[in-house]
Amino acid sequence: MKYLFYPGCSMERSAVPYLKSLKAIEEKLSMELLELEDWNCCGATEYSAVNRTASHALVGRNLAIAESMATDTNVLMAPCSACYLNLAKTYHYMEEDEIFRGRINEALSAGEMQYTPGSIDVRHALDIIYNDIGLEKIRESVVKPLRGLRVAAYYGCMIVRPDVNHHFDNPEYPNVLEELLEALGAEVIDFPMKTHCCSGHMTQISGETAYELIRRLVYGATRYEADMLVTLCPMCQLNIDAYQAEANRFFNTDYEMPILYFTQLIGLAFGYDAKELGIGQEFVDPRPALAKIDVDVDEKPVPTKRAKKDEGLPMPQMPGKNGGGN
Amino acid sequence: MTVASERKTKKGPWIDQLKGRSLIEWVEARTPGDSRLEMCIQCGTCGGSCPSGQDMDHTPRQLFAMLRAELEEEVLDSNTPWFCVSCYLCTVRCPQDIKITDIMYTLKTLAVAENKSHANTARDFSETFIGYVERFGRSFEFGLATRHSLAHMPTSIPGVVELGLGMLTKGRMDMTPHKIENLGQLQKILSRAKELEAKL
Repeated sequence: MKYLFYPGCSMERSAVPYLKSLKAIEEKLSMELLELEDWNCCGATEYSAVNRTASHALVGRNLAIAESMATDTNVLMAPCSACYLNLAKTYHYMEEDEIFRGRINEALSAGEMQYTPGSIDVRHALDIIYNDIGLEKIRESVVKPLRGLRVAAYYGCMIVRPDVNHHFDNPEYPNVLEELLEALGAEVIDFPMKTHCCSGHMTQISGETAYELIRRLVYGATRYEADMLVTLCPMCQLNIDAYQAEANRFFNTDYEMPILYFTQLIGLAFGYDAKELGIGQEFVDPRPALAKIDVDVDEKPVPTKRAKKDEGLPMPQMPGKNGGGN
Repeated sequence: MTVASERKTKKGPWIDQLKGRSLIEWVEARTPGDSRLEMCIQCGTCGGSCPSGQDMDHTPRQLFAMLRAELEEEVLDSNTPWFCVSCYLCTVRCPQDIKITDIMYTLKTLAVAENKSHANTARDFSETFIGYVERFGRSFEFGLATRHSLAHMPTSIPGVVELGLGMLTKGRMDMTPHKIENLGQLQKILSRAKELEAKL
C-alpha cells in the first residue's frame, strides 16, 4: 500500500533510529512511503506559542504539498506524534471552521498554494501499521519472536490526545501497541502510565518540572519490572533516553530504563540486525534487555553514568532489585 | 492613585491589541475552532489532571475564573500557560469540552507580543526555535540547544555538553542546518499569515 510520508525534522536528526527502522521494515509490511517533496518543519509545540495563524499556515504548506501529490493515495503518514498532531489539527480546524480555513488559505495563496479541507487523511504510523497492515500480516513475518522480553508500551500524549480525527479508541488507555508487541512475541505489562507525559519541551525550560515527569515514568516501568519502554514518539524517546541521567542526578536515583521505538522491535522480530535498525544509538544501554532475546549490539552506548552527589534529594528506598523510588 | 486606575496604567500597550474586546473575546477570536472558553463550570478537573500543575501560579480553572473576573493583567502575568506541557489531558477530560490546551497557546502569543518577563526562558526557547524554522524551513536542534543552553542554563552546562557530545557521536545531531529548497515561498506564506493574525 502506498502512503504519503511526512518524516518531520526529528526523524532526520535525534530520531534517526526511528526512521532507519521504519525504512527497514517498510517492504516486509508491504508499504511504499512517498516522502513529501520539500516539506518544512511542523512548528512542534513552539510556533503556536508565538503566532497562531503562522503556525497553522506553516503546517498548511505541508498539507498543500500532500494534496498535490495525492494521486495514488490521500493518506499521509506521520510517525512523529508532534508532527502528527500539528498536521491533524490544521486539517481538522480547516474543515470545521470556515473563517479559519479562509485565513489559512489566504496565507497559503501568498506562496501560490491552496489546501482543500478533507483532501488528505493524516494518520500516525502506529495507526497505519496496526489497522491497515494488521496483526496477521505482522505475525506472518515474525521469524524471531521476542519471547522472554518484558516490555511496557508507552504512547505519550499527542498520538491519542486530543485525537481530533478519532483514530484511537481511548485517549488515556489505548491498547493497540500492546497487541502489536504481543504479536511479536513479547511479554507486555499492563502499564498504568502508558499515556502520561514525558515533559515535552520542559527539559529545555524547567528541569525540575521535566525530571519529575521523567522520573515517574522510569520509576513506574522499573517497579513493574519491565525490561524496556517501547515508544512511538521522538520527543518521548529523547526525553526518557537522553535526560534519564540528568533526572537520576537530580533525584539521586540510579534508574536504567532503556527505551526503543516500536519499529525497532518489529525489525528485531522480523530478523533484522540491531545495527540496521539504529539500535546502539541510545544513551541508556538496551543491551542487557536485548541479551534476553539473544540480540547482539556492537556499538557501545555513550557513557552517561555520573558520580553520585551526596547532596541529592533524600528518597525513601523500597526493597527491590533497582532500589530507588517512592 | 486608586487601585482601578493603577490597573489601567499597568494594562499598557496590550490593551490596544484587544481592540475594545475583553481578553476572553480576544482569545476566542484567535483560537481555531470553537474554544468554548466561556463554558467553564469551575469543576477543577483540569487542574487535578495537570502533570505540571504544581509549578503553575494558577491552575487552568483559576485562570479561567480570573479571565471571567476581567483580571486581565493578572492573567497575562501568570506563568500558567508556560508550564503547560501540551499533554491535552485536561482537554479530553473537560466535561464542557473546553479546548484548554489550545487556549493556553493563544494566551502565550499575547505574553510573547508583550514581552512578559516571567516567561523568559520558555518564550526565548519558542522564539529561537521558530527563528531557525523561518530561516531554514526546518528546525535546527544543534543551534537551538547551544544557543538556548548558553543563555539560560549556564549552571547545567557540563551536563548539556555531555549530552550534546553524546548526540553528536551517536549520529543523532547535525552541526549544520538543513535548508528547504523553496524557502522563499514559505517565507511569503508566513509573512502573509502574520499580517492576517495582526488584524484579528
